[in-house]
Amino acid sequence: MANIFEKFIKTFFKNLFRRKKHIKLGLYGPPNAGKTTLANKICEDWLGESMGKVTNIPHETREIQIKEQISIKSGKKEISFNLVDTPGIATKIDYEDFMKFGLTATKAKKRAKEATKGVIDSIRWLDNMDTVVVVLDATKDPYSQVNITIIGNLEARKIPVLIVANKVDLKKAKIKKVQSAFPQYHVVGISAKYGNNIDEFYEGLFKVVG
Amino acid sequence: MLTLQFVPYTEIEYLSSVGRIRKLLNITKENRIVLLQGRLRKEEETELIKATMEEIDKDFKGIELSVIYPDKKESDLFRKIKRNFVNMLLGDRQGLTIIGPASVVREIKKDPDKIQLLTEDDTKARKRRKS
Repeated sequence: MANIFEKFIKTFFKNLFRRKKHIKLGLYGPPNAGKTTLANKICEDWLGESMGKVTNIPHETREIQIKEQISIKSGKKEISFNLVDTPGIATKIDYEDFMKFGLTATKAKKRAKEATKGVIDSIRWLDNMDTVVVVLDATKDPYSQVNITIIGNLEARKIPVLIVANKVDLKKAKIKKVQSAFPQYHVVGISAKYGNNIDEFYEGLFKVVG
Repeated sequence: MLTLQFVPYTEIEYLSSVGRIRKLLNITKENRIVLLQGRLRKEEETELIKATMEEIDKDFKGIELSVIYPDKKESDLFRKIKRNFVNMLLGDRQGLTIIGPASVVREIKKDPDKIQLLTEDDTKARKRRKS
């Protein structure tokens, strides 16, 4: 009886003083990997609203987007964070590539200019992050230097990383290739668009945040 | 015609981070492909991307970047410590960094042991063959 009472008191005080984890969670990755689609999925799941516009034209997100006070729960665990959706990091931007999607030269040039600024902002924001989800397109080559540079910089800054291999709903997706490219990280294969494996993603997030 | 310029590590050894990035970008902007002995520091790689973005205009579309690095999995602890110590003192001279102007190098494909430079001319030739 004394033991049960002691246990109850301990649990009561533990829960009373448990600090809710509140962090800045960044979504990083190359353009068109599905960062905003994942941001929308997280916001829809926990806030009931979406976060940003998604199109198939690269560099749709050209400014840092922040959604504050998102709390996710799993059993007794809870993390609260500000979600930071960042523009895709690239080493080259050619306005003519946007014209292939039907944009006029003027609009394409404007988009290219905004996209270059977006890449710079993404890199500047690296220092502000507490945890980062690196979103990679599982249908593309994971060994691209942009991926390696982003992850290497996060490692150097000792920022916890969860790698998401997105677009697993597509036949060309190769999760194992992403896993073998970054064997020291936890890699979760998901489809942010259709919600495949999204629970595994949240579990992975709990593990990384600690 | 492709022009490759080899840059030994000794050429950037005593330069500041800004100086290193400036030197490599200047060569790239002259439409040459840089083959740098060793690699930049991780923060310098992101600074290189930032500097590239700042300079993109109608003539310069950016860069293609790739680093080939020997497998880090070393079983011999002594060799690992020795390598880290040498890197700390003299800079990371292992491996090779390839930086090409995006107008010349369309894509650098990298498997851990193999590297392929897909140039703009290759792309055009492929398109011609298809049509």
